[in-house]
Amino acid sequence: MQQKKKNPSEFIITKTIQVSGLSSILFVLLILYFLLSEGIPAIFEVPFKDLFSQRWYPIEEYFGILPLILGSLVVTLGASIIAVPFGILTAVYIAEIAPKWLAEILKPLVELLAGLPSVVLGFLGILIVSPFLRDGLNLPTGLTAFTGSLLLGGIALPTIVSISEDALKNVPVSYRHGSLALGLTRWQTIWSVTFPAARSGILTAIMLGLGRTIGETMTVMMVTGNAPVMPESVKALFLPIRTMTATIASEMGEVASGSVHYHVLFLIGMVLFIFTMVVNILASLISARQLKRSERILS
Amino acid sequence: MKYFVIICFFSIILFGCTNVQDSTDNINSLSDKVYIENKGSDTMVNMALYWAEQYQKENTNVSISVTGGGSGTGISALISNTVDIANASRKIKDEEIDAANDNGIQPVEYIVARDAIAVIVNVENPIDKLSLQQVSDIYSGVISNWSEFGGDDRPIVKLSRETNSGTHVYFLESVIRLGDSADKTIFSADTLLLPSSEGIIAEVRENPNAIGYDGLGYITPDVKVLAIKNQNGEYILPTVETVNLNSYPISRDLFVYVNGTPKAEILAYINWILSNSGQKIVMDLGFVPILGDN
Repeated sequence: MQQKKKNPSEFIITKTIQVSGLSSILFVLLILYFLLSEGIPAIFEVPFKDLFSQRWYPIEEYFGILPLILGSLVVTLGASIIAVPFGILTAVYIAEIAPKWLAEILKPLVELLAGLPSVVLGFLGILIVSPFLRDGLNLPTGLTAFTGSLLLGGIALPTIVSISEDALKNVPVSYRHGSLALGLTRWQTIWSVTFPAARSGILTAIMLGLGRTIGETMTVMMVTGNAPVMPESVKALFLPIRTMTATIASEMGEVASGSVHYHVLFLIGMVLFIFTMVVNILASLISARQLKRSERILS
Repeated sequence: MKYFVIICFFSIILFGCTNVQDSTDNINSLSDKVYIENKGSDTMVNMALYWAEQYQKENTNVSISVTGGGSGTGISALISNTVDIANASRKIKDEEIDAANDNGIQPVEYIVARDAIAVIVNVENPIDKLSLQQVSDIYSGVISNWSEFGGDDRPIVKLSRETNSGTHVYFLESVIRLGDSADKTIFSADTLLLPSSEGIIAEVRENPNAIGYDGLGYITPDVKVLAIKNQNGEYILPTVETVNLNSYPISRDLFVYVNGTPKAEILAYINWILSNSGQKIVMDLGFVPILGDN
């Protein structure tokens, strides 16, 4: 732009790039506006007490969204219990322990898992995981929050592995060499040097992985049974549950637009949006902190 | 040079537009096909597909597209005037008629078939008959173990279609509330709401604790159909004959809705559905033909 004052082709190109960059902000704002304008009326139409009651049965005007929020939380928590340790250990193995040729096969394979359509995972869940869990754990039914958690763990895993592995790889080799030179074993090096150094990257990975599980819909709708039960104890993990995403997906197509039910579904969308936003903000705060620390090291 | 670039840029955009325009025009002018959009009840989607297939074989100038999604989906599509024929396994609601009238749509109803809801359990379950009251008690959560009916000591896992399904609403009104509109009983919260008929059949087939319900047309031989007690005190299995004789207690009419007096082609299609050839397909798919009533 500076060297030639008026070059129309360059002008068009820069403007095009600028417009496409700004349009994404515009789209997010439009979505937010749409979500708020359709969701806010629900707060005035449904008394607060009813909105936080324990029963969801919209065709008879029971609009308690509490079981749905808790349902989403139970499934997400279950998924994190499964995916976080497993994902981090896989990342450590790929980054630190596996021979180079194996790591080069493993990483693309794990990332391939991310491309698996969630509806396929749902099929696997219905046909294999759910009957297996019912027989294995002697549950009344295999369509439970835990089944959803297991499969969502599989969805979060590629994100966690891939980003954690990058974070571990970014730890300077000199750290490892220094630690080994001081006489630490390989395990001690991983546990007390490499891993803490990559901590913020790994936390970001966890946050992004969990962000995916909260928003995941298809798999959850197929395998969790969709019963809007209030989770009361740890046992709820092994009972059917209904998540916010599954509720929106299965009811939005049917609802008369502008009705109370319609507005409440948008309100659920808002709650979901807030959840994922909080997770994403946490993730970016963590990676911003990492940046500051690395600047400190460099200075 | 710079103007050349601009001209190129715009001419690409413009040529792109005209090309698309031309090709759609060609398609429209080349054929005089009549397109009929048909959407709605998942219970009826198989039947609607067979109808459309057979009818298109006999009338090559007609092209019919059939999609499911649920009775309400079909009716809301009719209200927004995006389909020609809406299939529904329940009667249109008053507020839906109002919404349609507001949009300038006059829904006209045709009864095209009859359907029975079968109550199903796993083949390992020793129970083989129940009364409507007992089924209602199971689904409203009053009874939660099969041993209360003399079955095995197993928890009852209740399966239902999602609330957007016409079958769900029909089951709620005629079984759980036993047809009493003042009754406000609803499904117990721990009822599993599955998104598809296939999901219910699959879970009942695999799980000895399960009880489910579904349209007779979707029942496969690998689940056990329960006999239901009617008002005469007889336990009746749902079959084409018992539904036709009105002796099976959980049966209903299936509807299609069109807007006012539709085009001649659409009317001809509906008349064909009501004719012997259309009703034969109804029978072949396990539903109950409408001619049986007359």
